[in-house]
Amino acid sequence: MTTSLNLDRREFVKLLGGGIVVLLTTSPSELFAQQRQYPTDVNAYLHIAPDGRITVFSGKIEMGQGVMTSQAQMAAEELGVSLGRIEMILGDTDKCPWDMGTFGSLTTRMFGPALRAACAEARLILMQLASEKLGVPREQLVVDDGIVSVKGDASRKLTYGQLAKGQAITRTLDEKAVLRSVAEFKVMGRSPKRMDGVEKVTGRAKYAADITLPGMLSARILRPPAHGAKLVSVDTARAEKVEGLTLVNQDGLVAVLHADPETAGQALQTIVAKWEVRKVDVDQDSIFDYLVKKAPEPDVRDTRGDLAAARKDAAKLFELTWRSGYKAHAPIEPHAALAEVKDGKATVWAATQTPFPTRDAVASAIGFDPANVRLITPYVGGGFGGKSSAPQAVEAARLAKIVGKPVQVEWTREEEFFYDTFDPAAVVKIASAVDAEGRITLWEYDVYFAGARSTEVFYDAPNARVRVFGAWRGAGADTHLFAVGPWRAPGANTNVFARESQIDVMAAAAGIDPLEFRLRNTKDERMRRVLKAAAGAAGWKAAPGPSGQGRAIACGIDAGTYAALVAFVKVDEATGTVKVERVVCAQDMGVVVNPDGATMQVEGCITMGLGYVFSEELRFEGGKILDKNFDSYKLPLFSWVPKIETVLVKNDELAPQGGGEPAIVPMGAVIANAVFDACGARVDRLPMTPERLLAAIRAPKAKEPAAG
Amino acid sequence: MATEIRFRLNGKPATLPYNPERTLLRALRTDLGLTGTHYGCGIGECGSCTVVVDGKAVRSCVTTLAEIQGKDVITIEGLAKGDRLHPLQRAFIEHGAFQCGYCTSGMLMNAYALTKEKKTLSREEIIDGMEDNLCRCGAHQRIIAAIEEVAGAKGGRS
Repeated sequence: MTTSLNLDRREFVKLLGGGIVVLLTTSPSELFAQQRQYPTDVNAYLHIAPDGRITVFSGKIEMGQGVMTSQAQMAAEELGVSLGRIEMILGDTDKCPWDMGTFGSLTTRMFGPALRAACAEARLILMQLASEKLGVPREQLVVDDGIVSVKGDASRKLTYGQLAKGQAITRTLDEKAVLRSVAEFKVMGRSPKRMDGVEKVTGRAKYAADITLPGMLSARILRPPAHGAKLVSVDTARAEKVEGLTLVNQDGLVAVLHADPETAGQALQTIVAKWEVRKVDVDQDSIFDYLVKKAPEPDVRDTRGDLAAARKDAAKLFELTWRSGYKAHAPIEPHAALAEVKDGKATVWAATQTPFPTRDAVASAIGFDPANVRLITPYVGGGFGGKSSAPQAVEAARLAKIVGKPVQVEWTREEEFFYDTFDPAAVVKIASAVDAEGRITLWEYDVYFAGARSTEVFYDAPNARVRVFGAWRGAGADTHLFAVGPWRAPGANTNVFARESQIDVMAAAAGIDPLEFRLRNTKDERMRRVLKAAAGAAGWKAAPGPSGQGRAIACGIDAGTYAALVAFVKVDEATGTVKVERVVCAQDMGVVVNPDGATMQVEGCITMGLGYVFSEELRFEGGKILDKNFDSYKLPLFSWVPKIETVLVKNDELAPQGGGEPAIVPMGAVIANAVFDACGARVDRLPMTPERLLAAIRAPKAKEPAAG
Repeated sequence: MATEIRFRLNGKPATLPYNPERTLLRALRTDLGLTGTHYGCGIGECGSCTVVVDGKAVRSCVTTLAEIQGKDVITIEGLAKGDRLHPLQRAFIEHGAFQCGYCTSGMLMNAYALTKEKKTLSREEIIDGMEDNLCRCGAHQRIIAAIEEVAGAKGGRS
């Protein structure tokens, strides 16, 4: 049943600095198989020290979403220890198992099973060791907070720490570890205070820009005035006169470095650069036609039924176009990094959501083997997808290699707004129809540049087609005049704004209550449950729109999670301003690891969503970015925030699903629909600025929606 | 003419070379190693660099050393008394009034100044007083609840 492996255990002990080495070399279990790239060796995930303290290693990073705590909960649960025994090491490429990156609400959903499996296997092996040492069958042993004891005789016990001290072993068990069930949970399913709390409220939490090294220089880099601009000439004479300044001008990288960041910044101002700017006559208003004209070939998905016949049979065809602008990620922490290149090794501390890919990018840029580059991720001050790209780490490493000293690169807010990978502007065109019973008969859906996420047709349209013309990556992504990238639930915000607005338009035209219309058109049980749960918690009063109540519903599926939102708004029809008074979210995310943490993510989604609904839209002229700071690019403020209520719909039959993104996805539609319900005006472009809403209010009602 | 900038920092005397145009933010972070005060925008728009000078919340990224000569400066590092957290800090933990934590120092210092100015605050006064501090993670509802617990009409100081 158990076999020893011929491995040099001293090597492992050395590697891990002593303590127990629980080595498992079974063939990949079913649990591991879910994410094949994750290692099967439990030592990659955890280390148990002689004093019983447990260090858990994860390639995921903490950027506010609470995964330091939730991963510790999962590990503690499966190991059978209290949360207090766990210390988390996150996003350190020398210590943690390889990971693609922290995005897509994947931490709990995809890494979670691997971590839990590793901890469950470790527990099983520790139990086996205890069984052998105590001479008692495993079935007669129990674990409580890392203490293995004999059932009914608590005096006969061994701690995980003692087991570690007694024998460092290599061991396999020819059986699968079983994850703890919801009924057995002691640590999961509860809401302990966040492990990062004290550090964050005392200012002791370290972010990338807070890390320093002796002799470190701070770098400021010459930036173009517009994307696509070419450097014609550069005069650095004045900067070079600054005492203590180091100038780098190499392969297009022009930078001034100084021990004092402010002095470096002032020196940068003295550089005279001439640029050749490519003129492209496109701005935030003309971009939509520009994009549709340049769209790549579509990816055709989800085709069913007979579209032509359905079009012919339609009593009325709803052909509408929905648009949304570029959005900035705008984390309050700009990109920052510190790099040291010494003795053929590079160490980089960086604000990044992708420690391993960023390590590889650094290695490639400075010509190092990735094995000689270590990427350490301190606390990240917000990401939202924007730190999936971390070019500042490469900049710091290149400069550190050139100047031979540690180099810190802190982007200014202006650089952050220039080099952000924006959520792409996008267009959705939908042609749909509904029969006399209020059932959807046709769904022709064309999306330009938002991608496929959340385009799945869960409504029962018998005749449907989805065509995706370009996304934030892949074909067509280079059509934009600046970089675009993944923005919290990439593309789904646009797709769900379009879909759920279109559904609302049809419900109103059919004279059917919008909740009833949705229920009538989907058999998806999880969706029906969250719709009813949200409506129930909100005190939904059925009536066809516009009912004058200023309330609406919208729903979506993202990251395996179902979310339905009900919003209540008040519209000032004289000014075109909207106050969101209350938002209720019902969410089915499977087993919930940390209910309060999940609730915080819902609240964050709804609050952040207010920005793209009302104000956030990047303004630009060709490759020149006009919004450079928070004075013109407006984030949601305290006074905007509604009362937010979260209902976590119980679904313990389903493994934990994603929680960081689903609730933001229906925000565009639920607010647009509530505005329609309040005043009859239909907005077809986000953000719904007061000007755009006023135009919609003043548009003849017969011609809705108004041109934006 | 002064040759030094002298002020009180977190209750203790502090001295910096006379560099009147230098921003307080850089002086705190680079010269004094107090990295709990964070850069967010550099133009006084986001509030993540908020510190308290003579009882008033100021944006340290647009405050010069000349402006703090002889003044009393409190940063996030000075809010707790040793290991004893300030009631606002405890309330922030209790309510989960932060996510990424980057704006949190500024939120706490702004709230601290508000509660110094007026012992009891209505919800409207809290919202109004916090309005210009940006949080991207969306912890607003919990930040308001945390401040209300400490200084709200019902709660009072804990």
